Amino acid sequence: MMHSKSIVELGTGLQTGEFSSVELTRHFLQRIERLDKDLNAFISTTPEQALAEAESADQAIKVGQAGPLTGIPIVQKDIFCTRGVKTSCGSKMLDNFISPYDATVVEKLKHAGVVSLGKANMDEFAMGSSNETSFYGPVHNPWDKGRVPGGSSGGSAAAVAARLAVAATGTDTGGSIRQPASFCGITGLKPTYGRISRFGMIAFASSLDQAGPMTRDAADAALMLQAMAGFDPKDSTCANQPVPVYSATLSDPLEGLKIGLPREYFGEGLDPAVAASVEAAIDHYKRLGAEVIDISLPNTGLAVPTYYVVAPAECSSNLSRFDGVRFGYRCQQPKDLEDLYKRSRGEGFGAEVKRRIMIGTYALSAGYYDAYYLKAQKTRHLISDDFKQAFETVDVIMGPTTPTPAFGLGEKVNDPVTMYLNDIYTIATNLAGLPGVSIPVEPVNGLPVGLQIIGNYFTEAKLLNVAHRFQQETEWHRLTPELESVASD
Amino acid sequence: MQWETVIGLEVHTQLATKSKIFSGTSIAYGADPNTQACIIDLGFPGVLPVLNEAVVDMALIFGLAINAEIGPRSVFARKNYFYPDLPKGYQISQFELPIVGKGSLTIDLEDGSQKAIGITRAHLEEDAGKSLHEDFHGMSGIDLNRTGTPLLEIVSEPDMRSIKEAVSYARKIHQLVVYLGICDGNMQEGSFRVDANLSIRPFGQEAFGTRTELKNLNSFRFMERALNFELERQIDLLEGGRKVVQETRLYDPDRDETRSMRSKEEANDYRYFPDPDLLPVEINDQQLQRARQNMPELPDQKRQRFESDYSLSSADALMLIQSRHQADFFETVVSSGGDAKMAVNWVTVELTGALNKAGIALSQSPVTPEQVGGLLERIADNTISGKLAKQVFEAMWNGEGDADKVIEAKGLKQITDSGQIETIIDEIIANNPKQVEQFRAGKDKLLGFFVGQVMKQTQGKANPGQVNKILLGKLKG
Repeated sequence: MMHSKSIVELGTGLQTGEFSSVELTRHFLQRIERLDKDLNAFISTTPEQALAEAESADQAIKVGQAGPLTGIPIVQKDIFCTRGVKTSCGSKMLDNFISPYDATVVEKLKHAGVVSLGKANMDEFAMGSSNETSFYGPVHNPWDKGRVPGGSSGGSAAAVAARLAVAATGTDTGGSIRQPASFCGITGLKPTYGRISRFGMIAFASSLDQAGPMTRDAADAALMLQAMAGFDPKDSTCANQPVPVYSATLSDPLEGLKIGLPREYFGEGLDPAVAASVEAAIDHYKRLGAEVIDISLPNTGLAVPTYYVVAPAECSSNLSRFDGVRFGYRCQQPKDLEDLYKRSRGEGFGAEVKRRIMIGTYALSAGYYDAYYLKAQKTRHLISDDFKQAFETVDVIMGPTTPTPAFGLGEKVNDPVTMYLNDIYTIATNLAGLPGVSIPVEPVNGLPVGLQIIGNYFTEAKLLNVAHRFQQETEWHRLTPELESVASD
Repeated sequence: MQWETVIGLEVHTQLATKSKIFSGTSIAYGADPNTQACIIDLGFPGVLPVLNEAVVDMALIFGLAINAEIGPRSVFARKNYFYPDLPKGYQISQFELPIVGKGSLTIDLEDGSQKAIGITRAHLEEDAGKSLHEDFHGMSGIDLNRTGTPLLEIVSEPDMRSIKEAVSYARKIHQLVVYLGICDGNMQEGSFRVDANLSIRPFGQEAFGTRTELKNLNSFRFMERALNFELERQIDLLEGGRKVVQETRLYDPDRDETRSMRSKEEANDYRYFPDPDLLPVEINDQQLQRARQNMPELPDQKRQRFESDYSLSSADALMLIQSRHQADFFETVVSSGGDAKMAVNWVTVELTGALNKAGIALSQSPVTPEQVGGLLERIADNTISGKLAKQVFEAMWNGEGDADKVIEAKGLKQITDSGQIETIIDEIIANNPKQVEQFRAGKDKLLGFFVGQVMKQTQGKANPGQVNKILLGKLKG
């Protein structure tokens, strides 16, 4: 079963000629065709381009010019601009938008030889934690179709979990890679802010947005990150830092690793079963030689309120370009300029996006700027300082990725504040710009649970190493949801 | 009542870069609409700005020239508002930490005294596009070529107390940025635009009156007319017992009036905040050092140097430095052999006259400064007379080559051989006995007649000094 293999395993199969990339691609396209109607993980599939890419991958393999990602079928979150392909960002606003250019991430992955099967569903403009804000309808969690896959990279997570793609790209502004990875039982890495170029990634909150890989396991994440990371002169906030060989240190021993457990991440609101699962994983690390230290991140409580000022403020400005003038949705027969703006934006954006634009506009308004935006910048510093202090004594920080496993579809959609609290453990790392990875640990009642590992700046290699050592000895990341009563392949 | 005028100016200078401030698109003037706008200028989803480093150096040079506070840190901010010619829905500008802080510029007043005008700040920003409201049958056309053009907005303190001072300040800024090579100064193409804030108050009152802002004054003449109109309008309002409303007004040069554009109530809340897509600009000593080294001589320095190095009068020096090009032209004339005082006259009178007559700019002059220098050298060494020099200049203008070539070709070389001149004079004295007699009887005026005869005979080539001397000797003897 080709679809049950990881990138590393598929690479061997392609190299040895066990199967070709075209066969592999067809296989995944058929699976999508058959299974995605129940999941809705894809906004669009691009079979022609995928097969063309697979053919050239097979050529490259034949002449010995293949890299580890050559011929591997993945899915791109529909937030990444892809030349000649609809790039909707999950919104009616961009339902008609065919990007004239490739995002740097897309370009880099193409260069690495991947095959792109299509574009993954997501919360509209990446605003949401359940994938229910998508113009294209919610994505269903492959583990329980009545539940959400998480968001905003819900389509990416569901596609990888359901083995509709080997790997996916995601973006994470407040947890949008890690939370769906946790809900869907896959590995999701949000790198350090600036590690991966944001050029061509449709902006939600520019100072928080960061792309990252969503994969079966840490070894695959290392290969994806390798291709995605690196300096890009087109993005001023992209770090000019050397990119290490992530696969090289995956199996380094963890003896003496200092793991910090923030007491604020294990307090009120955390589902006891999730806590038990996470603690069991941490016990496993102790057996691998790690030392566990209780720490405090005292300003954790400020993270969600800070985020819900900073992110909307930036989004209110970032989304101003969607005005019905040059691209995207335009209302029918506008009376005048004001009518064009009001109706194009009013009709083109969904409720959550409008809510955040309004919050952000308010926070930046004259007379409120100091009380909200400026204050949030200050609390953001406090949150960063918490981590800075913690990393003076520990190597990594661990805790649950989310307080609960995946919740039900429709359960929180009318209660934005409860929805926002789902990102309580993930948001602070975005505010601080730190890297974090979520890996599957023991499920609760058949639903995946994620362990979050947070590292210091640019320590993705360490995070992947810590994640990989766990996955070498456990099987949680191999669990696959039951999607077909009759296994047809 | 006696009213005092208070004016402050915002000058938008287009920086003389090759490409836009945040993208690699050309900013060459005159391209077809929307042919110079890339996906970044168009604000496409996902694009990001990258700062054109050249604009920082240009802004620093300006900052140094006005002795401004600079650095160490400057931040780009977003100014949010909706307009079709503003693709992103925000303009990248600077708000809290502009690249250039407080400085000042000294202007010359009519009575010969000087006055320092405070400059509050100068900040970098991108220009918006152009909306064209005619020719589209009730719709508007948008040209985004201008979008992202780098601007340095120079904001003055409300330090000007008359329209003359305001115009003088604007001219001085214009002169300065052109001198610094950071702006081409072309007002017709919109490279230098002025917004003026004007208010009036009774003399002696400290508090400022309510101001109005006049937008897009793109010539000094329009600026003066617009301010005059606005001043009269405000005086009329206040003297008629009414109030000035704080608003933005647009000057219509065709009707010579200002019209309300938007009032304070309608003004946008721009919701400025630091642009998260751009890193703060950190200004280090090295950069400042480089800017200092790249800084050309400033107009005031040049004026002083011209006075001392070339012993020019203050008025001559001031006239020469009006434009950097003219000053450079002058200096090349001098270094190619021209006497400085003669060069002033030739550059500012003869050459300028010819250029004006032909309706062309100095940069288009068919005569090079080296040619003028060569000509002046021939005057100084008595090869030709000053009178014939104009003939030579005309020939050079017509492309007949440099001075020596023209003199040679036209046989204009001055006769300085005393023997030759004497022979001619002897002949003239012999042929005009009556006039000789009258001269000797005391009719001194007749000297001119004899000089004229010599010149006629020599086609003006005889050295006038020698002619005078020899004639006098012969006539009196």
